[in-house]
Amino acid sequence: MTQRIVPLIAAATAAFAALPLHAASDEAARLKAIEEYRKQIADGNPSDLYAMEGEEIWRTPYGPKKGTLEKCDLGLGPGVVKGAAAQLPRYFPDTGRVQDLESRLVTCMEQLQGVDPKKVIDEKWGKGEKERIAKIVAYVVTQSNGEKIRVDMSHPKMKEMYELGRQMFFYRAGSFDFSCATCHGKDGQRIRLQELPNITKHEGAAAGWGSWPAYRVSNSQFWTMQLRLWDCFRQQRTAEPVYVSDATIALSVYMAANANGGVMLTPGIKR
Amino acid sequence: MKQQWVMGLATLLATTVWAADGNWDAKVREIVDRSFKESGIALKERMLQLEFQKVCSALDRGDKVSPKVIEALQKEQEETIRMPSDGKFFGDWKKGEQIAQSGRGLTWTDPPGTVNGGGCYNCHQMDAKELSYGNIGPSLSGYGKLRGNSKEVVEYTWKKIWNGRAINLCSSMPRIGDAGILTEAQIKDVMAYLFDPESPVNKNHK
Repeated sequence: MTQRIVPLIAAATAAFAALPLHAASDEAARLKAIEEYRKQIADGNPSDLYAMEGEEIWRTPYGPKKGTLEKCDLGLGPGVVKGAAAQLPRYFPDTGRVQDLESRLVTCMEQLQGVDPKKVIDEKWGKGEKERIAKIVAYVVTQSNGEKIRVDMSHPKMKEMYELGRQMFFYRAGSFDFSCATCHGKDGQRIRLQELPNITKHEGAAAGWGSWPAYRVSNSQFWTMQLRLWDCFRQQRTAEPVYVSDATIALSVYMAANANGGVMLTPGIKR
Repeated sequence: MKQQWVMGLATLLATTVWAADGNWDAKVREIVDRSFKESGIALKERMLQLEFQKVCSALDRGDKVSPKVIEALQKEQEETIRMPSDGKFFGDWKKGEQIAQSGRGLTWTDPPGTVNGGGCYNCHQMDAKELSYGNIGPSLSGYGKLRGNSKEVVEYTWKKIWNGRAINLCSSMPRIGDAGILTEAQIKDVMAYLFDPESPVNKNHK
């Protein structure tokens, strides 16, 4: 029933898309988003518990090396957590890779604690190492709540990942022929009653990127950005993305760069 | 039911037009290959782009594509259309409603043998009394009431559901029949849901 695959042909011009410039009106949108978020967390943010546990995990010796994560460098220097998530993804010279928060945590767990990355990558959501990472993520992004999104796009590898992320965003594939852009490429679109941010534009990207990771009230789960992307692909009917794989990081660079100048309201609260 | 494409006109044209820009193409293929895996019923080959998926991605990105390429690919899609084997277009609208409501199936978390839904309400308004509907596709409320049931309209609708790419190559609508999302019998039920005067799609249309 599937169509026969024909040889792939060359695509697209190589020019990097110019990153969006932000008008002064973004300030109004920013204030509105903050106001909305304040209302949501008026009775407390359910992610707080995860964040507190995450901080504990951060400071507790673990793994074959019995190390803590207190020297973990999230980009602002060893052990600096405050504001770090608002500047991720970034290029890390020590690994020679562009990394998002979760892939960087996998690196820290490997280097400081001796935890095998494969074990983390293959783990089920919400179990074992993935549960630990989710809690650490809650802690780290809480420490960037209210910060301006400031992703440094100057490194050539960041520029390359941005373009790869853009290509991935528009990559139609799978049983439904969908790409990310099918749902997130226009203003005002909905699946059922779920409103979908237009991630190709600054405002939509800031709304989306700036409000994940988030606590989902409907299933009482804390979702990291990697899990958010995983479920998007699942609903697109593609093959399954590998945890912290380059395609997911590239997409994060695309979203975060488009969101640059917006505000981190994390952890978010979702339906 | 498989589309058997040889290196047809569209492929040749497309290759000629784009051969110079292969830079990103190779990189994207590489990143896709190492970033996705086979899981459950979701085979990794889902990530290999069909010719039209590739061309539509380029158009979505804002790249220029020769109208000849689009035209030729659309013609190829025409060949995938299968009209009902027994000549009957309509099944049971009540079953059709369930199919339109269900968004199940084809994900890597679905067990083999899962009965797929059409997921119609994810993107379309249908029964005006159902308030939870998406807007990525046009409203289909009053579909038969507004259009009648002439041979042309009925065949057009079947074709649009079976493989709408034959009508509009890069629309957002999945190839419901061609990609095996719904069976022929299920599509007949959805057709009845759209056209039957007793169906809430038409009864509740104001």
